[in-house]
Amino acid sequence: MALSQADVLAGIKEIVEEVAGIPAASIEMDKNFTDDLDVDSLSMVEVVVAAEERFGVKIPDDQVSELVTVGDAVNFIVKASA
Amino acid sequence: MSRRRVVVTGLGATTPLGGDVATSWSALLAGKSGVRTLTDEWASTIPVTIAGRIAVEPSEAMERVEMRRLDRSEQFALIAAREAWKDAGSPDVDLERLGVVIASGIGGVTTLLDQYDILKNKGARFVSPHTVPMLMPNGPAANVGLELKAKAGVHTPVSACASGAEAIGYAMEMIRFDRADIIVTGGVEAAVHALPMAAFAAMKALSTRNDDPTRASRPYDIDRDGFVLGEGGGILVLEEYEHAKARGATIYAEIAGQGLTSDGYHIAAPDPDGSGVQRAIAFALRDSGLTTRDIVHLNAHATSTPVGDVAEANALRLALGKDADHVSVSATKSSTGHLLGGAGAIESVFIVKALQDRLAPPTINIENLDPAVTIDVVRDKPRALPAGDIAALNDSFGFGGHNVVLVFRTL
Repeated sequence: MALSQADVLAGIKEIVEEVAGIPAASIEMDKNFTDDLDVDSLSMVEVVVAAEERFGVKIPDDQVSELVTVGDAVNFIVKASA
Repeated sequence: MSRRRVVVTGLGATTPLGGDVATSWSALLAGKSGVRTLTDEWASTIPVTIAGRIAVEPSEAMERVEMRRLDRSEQFALIAAREAWKDAGSPDVDLERLGVVIASGIGGVTTLLDQYDILKNKGARFVSPHTVPMLMPNGPAANVGLELKAKAGVHTPVSACASGAEAIGYAMEMIRFDRADIIVTGGVEAAVHALPMAAFAAMKALSTRNDDPTRASRPYDIDRDGFVLGEGGGILVLEEYEHAKARGATIYAEIAGQGLTSDGYHIAAPDPDGSGVQRAIAFALRDSGLTTRDIVHLNAHATSTPVGDVAEANALRLALGKDADHVSVSATKSSTGHLLGGAGAIESVFIVKALQDRLAPPTINIENLDPAVTIDVVRDKPRALPAGDIAALNDSFGFGGHNVVLVFRTL
């Protein structure tokens, strides 16, 4: 069953807060991982692995570079879960 | 051109005795021990269940997100370096003239082992992408270098338990050779973990006095039975003398010279004839332009092992001759345990404090002095050091036969 966008966003907020220390309240769909949230390439690997585990989806390595904003990641995960 | 002189203008530490220099030093003078029974779950699986954990956990001084990207040894380095840098007055320095030399004997061993557990239990995908920067032995130096934006060079000499002292000597040379004006230097260790402890225990190097932790580390006592592992680190800010004067820095002491030799004898055992140690002391004195007459205090390596303590004491007696009679010898590992690559660094911090306060710290836990020890050991209580110009030595030895002697003097 496909996950809802709201559920995935809530999960991503928790993961980014855990990994990068960014308060969940300041994490929105349009935020850029690198420029807005200070998630560097190493931390992005952590976010991806945590998201895969949490949502039971696979995010291939060649897709990770496409996930520029939080919204990109949320939409990818929603689609992958369908 | 006359040689550039190097002085100490800042100190930092996190040790089993305290979370900073002031607390560690006062606990040391009070004769306290930082050794405790380990509460870790794994402790019951190994033959030694005591160690000197640091007194103040890094979480008291650091944000969670910062901590999770740093090995424990890197956390210690940053905490002690921040204290030392602040103590030095957070100098405004040309970053191309600022360096970092911080050592560790073993590096990020707890990260390595924890990530190996994750690899085995969960799989390769779950191994942290931060693993390599956390486990590399130059990680503590690199993280301090990054924080300060040091650009004159960041280095990590490794020589087991002599690493911390070797780092400080290297830092002194960098300033002497005009590569830098300020160096943040020292050593750290965070190896309190089942594997390194089981490994040291397998060498019969550790004390097994599990039922009496605070009295287990007993250098020079007739019943000493091995060292007690400690963790933590010490950091010094070294600075070129004219540079320090020009900015009005508080100068604690001068680091006047070093002597380095190797035994060429055995991978772990000290050379019983102690000639490597004696040569290192002779080189250090020559390098600093001092003689045995000038030395009033020595912070010994003295780890509390049956063979090592006496081999060192004999070498000191031979190197210092009759002048050993006026050298107050302190074995501060009796209080802190043995910090491996951090040892020479916290002991250098203690020497600078000793010169400043003119007090040699006590060696605790000597109930019966080993009669083979013929040097003047400061026991139980601090001992006053003489007025006037005085100098002190720190000697450190590492598995592999590394001998490092540093000379500090009042200024």
